[in-house]
Amino acid sequence: MRTGARLMGAPLLSVRNLSTEFRTERGTVKAVDDVSFDLAAGETLAIVGESGSGKSVTAMSILRLIPDPPGRISAGEVVFDGRDLLKLEDHEIRAIRGNRIAMIFQEPMSSLNPSLTIGLQIAEPINLHRKTPWAAAMDMAVELLSRVRLPDARSRVKSYPHQFSGGMRQRAMIAMALACQPQLIIADEPTTALDVTVQAQILALLKEVTRAANSALILITHDLGVVARYADRVCVMYGGRIIEAGPAREIYARPRHPYTIGLMASVPRLDQATGTRLVPIDGQPPNLANLPPGCAFAPRCRNAVDRCRVERPALVRSGPEHLSACHFHDQLSA
Amino acid sequence: MTSSAPDAILPEAVLEVRDLKVHFPVMAGAVVRKQVGSVKAVDGVSFNVRRGETLGLVGESGCGKSTTGLAVLKMLDITSGQVVFEGEDISGYDRARMRPIRRRMQMVYQDPFGSLNPRMKVAEIVGEPLEVHGMATDRAVYRERVASLLDMVGLLPDMADRYPHEFSGGQRQRIGIARALALEPSLIICDEPVSALDVSIQAQVVNLFQELQERLGLTYIFIAHDLAVVRHISHRIAVMYLGRIVEIASRGDLYARPLHPYTVALLAAIPIPDPEVEASRPQQIITGEVPSAMRPPPGCRFHTRCPRVMDVCRSVDPPMRDMGDGRAVACHLHGA
Repeated sequence: MRTGARLMGAPLLSVRNLSTEFRTERGTVKAVDDVSFDLAAGETLAIVGESGSGKSVTAMSILRLIPDPPGRISAGEVVFDGRDLLKLEDHEIRAIRGNRIAMIFQEPMSSLNPSLTIGLQIAEPINLHRKTPWAAAMDMAVELLSRVRLPDARSRVKSYPHQFSGGMRQRAMIAMALACQPQLIIADEPTTALDVTVQAQILALLKEVTRAANSALILITHDLGVVARYADRVCVMYGGRIIEAGPAREIYARPRHPYTIGLMASVPRLDQATGTRLVPIDGQPPNLANLPPGCAFAPRCRNAVDRCRVERPALVRSGPEHLSACHFHDQLSA
Repeated sequence: MTSSAPDAILPEAVLEVRDLKVHFPVMAGAVVRKQVGSVKAVDGVSFNVRRGETLGLVGESGCGKSTTGLAVLKMLDITSGQVVFEGEDISGYDRARMRPIRRRMQMVYQDPFGSLNPRMKVAEIVGEPLEVHGMATDRAVYRERVASLLDMVGLLPDMADRYPHEFSGGQRQRIGIARALALEPSLIICDEPVSALDVSIQAQVVNLFQELQERLGLTYIFIAHDLAVVRHISHRIAVMYLGRIVEIASRGDLYARPLHPYTVALLAAIPIPDPEVEASRPQQIITGEVPSAMRPPPGCRFHTRCPRVMDVCRSVDPPMRDMGDGRAVACHLHGA
């Protein structure tokens, strides 16, 4: 049984109090600070945030892909299928990466080997993790490439990455991610580098294949539209911390953090009346090396009071499934 | 009123572009270089820009939107066609003759870091165009002008003596805008000016563009791939595909009644940040990717991906057709 030691009803992935630091010239920077969330099988969780929010570092920490030095996971647990990934031996985590948990990056060219054919790169993890003979693994590569709707899959397995367009490479990456039927796929801005129509194709594909396999999906993005279209649940990150979390519909309908409220007011929507003015968030995203002592968003928050500048708000329950890290979460309205 | 068709030459037009073509030669051969083909980056584009308006140019990679912007500025050689700027046909102008024109046409770039000289102080960056064009003879006037430019884009006076690296992306874009404004240009071409910025900062810069337009009566060509941003800031929008404009419409019409199947596809591809709305939106995602601009498909260039393709589309290139109310579309579905 693949569920291993997982208890009935326990989440597939449980991240508890995760902190990741980087040593820099200006001192230690906490890129991820006390992050906790759960993910159930088959669920799509979006981690939303701007640059420096800690969303990508959170994803990399789950798979222990943080370069050390300068990085270091300094605290927390990442319990996947009943085991704390942070306590595993190197060979044990390698057996999980690309096998039980697959990762898809923004720029597929940087994770594909330019000198090997696409087919070989998809077949390799199947051969490695599943001990499937090469010929059978190559057949599976063809089948996977047709599943991600790469036209002409049988001849395309012999192509090299540079012969593919950006969209085709990302399809190949998804095929590779699916190769070992992972329970969890982590996609870090998987379509940011692609054209708008291809973005929609790739995200729909990713959603469809994860749904078909009942895999969980963590979607890291800065795009609130993408979150609205594809995510079941959302974690909003700011300054290395989760500042709001909950079901997507709930977060969009009743945001309970001034940053989330501000983000939603600052993006233009295709369906809104023209001639309106956006409401920007004043100021700049925080500098992680120099975070204020209280709430990281306080310097940009229109509602901030003295308490916000000295006391860091905890992530607390603000509704049945809704968490917010604002002292005034119950007094806000969008 | 049919005279408002995009092809009609309007008295208030700051810029008129007629059948613009920019083809780049493709060379091959290690010893004897010869031309083996050409990339038709812009292949017959016509539009005009009226004083005080924002024309959005939107499309995916390879559609020619940035090349169009550079060609209008004559920073690229035009293969054929006409660019008429404030009534003056500049199509054949060389560098020397473009010099006085460049004062009146400015560009704001995507990468606010790459386009600012790191060794120059902000005041020098913003004031350089004044110096280059001999408008900095009186130092007091010059300093005052630079200070007012910084103020105009929301930068503080004490920032004048700092260097670009000390600024965030959004602030650097403000510096780029202040520099573009220095010579009071008639037209500002903005090439993806907010796409490198964080979401919360994009709105600040978009609002700045709009405020400056209202205050100074500026005219913009706003080039971007993000249709939601383009629709928000533009009065009219030209949708481009593989070197051609496939549809021009007012921002309201474009979303409410898109005519070209590519416009429909582009709109459908962009998610609306609202899960309730998304759940009820039909998901019409077109297949395939943009073909190579070296070998554009025959007939309508979009026919290889068009969900409503007909036989005629595969062989006959649809002309741009005036649909009234300032709309035009190049699609056989909207023929005579």
